[in-house]
Amino acid sequence: MSSDTVIASVVPKKKMSIGDIVWGIIKYASVALCAFLAVLPIVSCVITSLKTEVEYQSTNVMTLPENFFNFNNYVQAFAQANMGLAFINSGIILLFVLAGSTMIGSQLAYVLNRFSFPGNALIRNLFTFAALLPGIAMQVSVYEIMVNLGLVNTLYGYIIMMMGTDVMSIYIYIQFFENLPVSLDESAFLDGANYFQIYAKILLPLLKPAIVTNLILKGVGVYNEYYCANLYLQDKRKLCTVATSLYTFTGPMGNQYHLICAGVIMSLLPALIIFLLCQKQIYNGVAAGAVKG
Amino acid sequence: MNKRKWKQAQVILTFLIIPVGLLILFTYYPFGKMVQFSFYNMKYIGPRKFVGFKNYIQIFKREDILRTLLLSLYYMAGAVIQVFLALYLATIFCFKVKAENFWKGFIFFPYLINGIAIGFIFKFFYTRGFVLDTVLQAIGFNPNDLPYWLKDQSINNWSLVYSSVWRYLGSTMVLFLGAMMSVDSTLYEAASIDGANKWQTFWHIILPSIKTIVTLNVILAITGSLSAFEPPFVITSGANGTGTFFVVMNDIAHTSQKVGLASAMAVFLLVIIFIAKFIQDAIFRFLFRNAGTDIDDREFKKQRKREEKARMQMHRGGR
Repeated sequence: MSSDTVIASVVPKKKMSIGDIVWGIIKYASVALCAFLAVLPIVSCVITSLKTEVEYQSTNVMTLPENFFNFNNYVQAFAQANMGLAFINSGIILLFVLAGSTMIGSQLAYVLNRFSFPGNALIRNLFTFAALLPGIAMQVSVYEIMVNLGLVNTLYGYIIMMMGTDVMSIYIYIQFFENLPVSLDESAFLDGANYFQIYAKILLPLLKPAIVTNLILKGVGVYNEYYCANLYLQDKRKLCTVATSLYTFTGPMGNQYHLICAGVIMSLLPALIIFLLCQKQIYNGVAAGAVKG
Repeated sequence: MNKRKWKQAQVILTFLIIPVGLLILFTYYPFGKMVQFSFYNMKYIGPRKFVGFKNYIQIFKREDILRTLLLSLYYMAGAVIQVFLALYLATIFCFKVKAENFWKGFIFFPYLINGIAIGFIFKFFYTRGFVLDTVLQAIGFNPNDLPYWLKDQSINNWSLVYSSVWRYLGSTMVLFLGAMMSVDSTLYEAASIDGANKWQTFWHIILPSIKTIVTLNVILAITGSLSAFEPPFVITSGANGTGTFFVVMNDIAHTSQKVGLASAMAVFLLVIIFIAKFIQDAIFRFLFRNAGTDIDDREFKKQRKREEKARMQMHRGGR
């Protein structure tokens, strides 16, 4: 724009000033402190989970374990909390809930975005308003409905309940649909495809990024859900999820932290693996939440 | 054409029926029931007696319920701290940081841990002589001066709030960072070429681009703090004066089975959230009353000022 900017870009970079150094120190100190505070509770859990019972009782919590490969607590916690079954159940729940909610969420968004019909705005508003209703508070009356439908104490009942879609994911899909030109639909229609085929064969494959985002958001929510799982999956021996099986440690084992910590670490391993594999998509998913409200 | 309309109607109906059905079945029908229950004196099983507004009146008479509203102030404070800390961290990451993903990953990961696990982690963390006490001792605190983090009523709510900030800080940070990154990168380059310092870059480029989302998050945090549930539920079970509104309501609904009262509490909270939402919309309309997007907001204001000046001058000239 002006000659100043041109000159500025030609002049070689100045040496680091004192201000830059101070800023550098503040920057790394803040980031490192926060990272330290974030991992401290988890690392202390890992340390404790690797100690033998004797060690746990005789040493300080932050003292490193004698043997870093002592996985006895893990074996014991895995058996006591029935975590094998819990992982299987949580896996089944995740699979069906995610498949179901992806299907109905994207279909709903497709219809809301592509067609104008009486009730379109009403349905959008109903979903928006639903997000304001306090979920936990409503379980009092949802419970009665679940009983009447015979859905209590069954895996499929819980799956159906969790499968419903929400404003957030609809919004993400709709935003994505808006970027897919309607001419795509039109030309397919002229080629003789019906609307179901347009949705399934043309639009759905293009929707992949939005689907991934929603899978992550919903997946985190479902895997971590405790309240309803506890309420509706009452047969804790057969229908435990990872969250509810972890909760069994509260009872008689309430202060055997070397076992509890092992359970906790096992429960967060799947999340850790997914996180390491698709860090970027997860960040994108969370950032997509920026639009809510 | 008519045939096309018919085909459209088919796909619309097919694709709507399940999601809307689920919404009605698990949200609106129970919501209606809940409102109905709130006027009855009832348990899950057994006779129901219509009592009018008695349950609502009780909310204001029971000290244990009113106390929880004060308790939410802790969570409000925590949420505001969380928003500003997240803003600070996101700004740091917005400038160049070495090993960015490494730090970010650590700060973000707690968000992915399930609530029950977090409950155990923090029970362990705060236990007398365990993690927190050890760390504080290492930096010079006398262990005998340290409070019982979860029992001492002067501090235990802050302990719970900390666990919540610990859990959500990273996700708020990533949220802000996403918004900051969506700013045209040439703006940052131009700023650095013009010799803008960090503070100027933050104040003039970063902040305008994210002020909508920051405001939104402050407000969401305030409404959210009213419905704080998991930290006390999983860490202290609401003991020693840590029971928030929902924890007390959960107790009333399931332990003492006063379904009517619990429903009235839920409706009451919903009304408060509505009022807050209403105020939020008003604030938003006020703050961003002439903004298309954040960036041309300033342009717009400048233009308005110019127009106003022109008008003033004309006015003066007329006189």
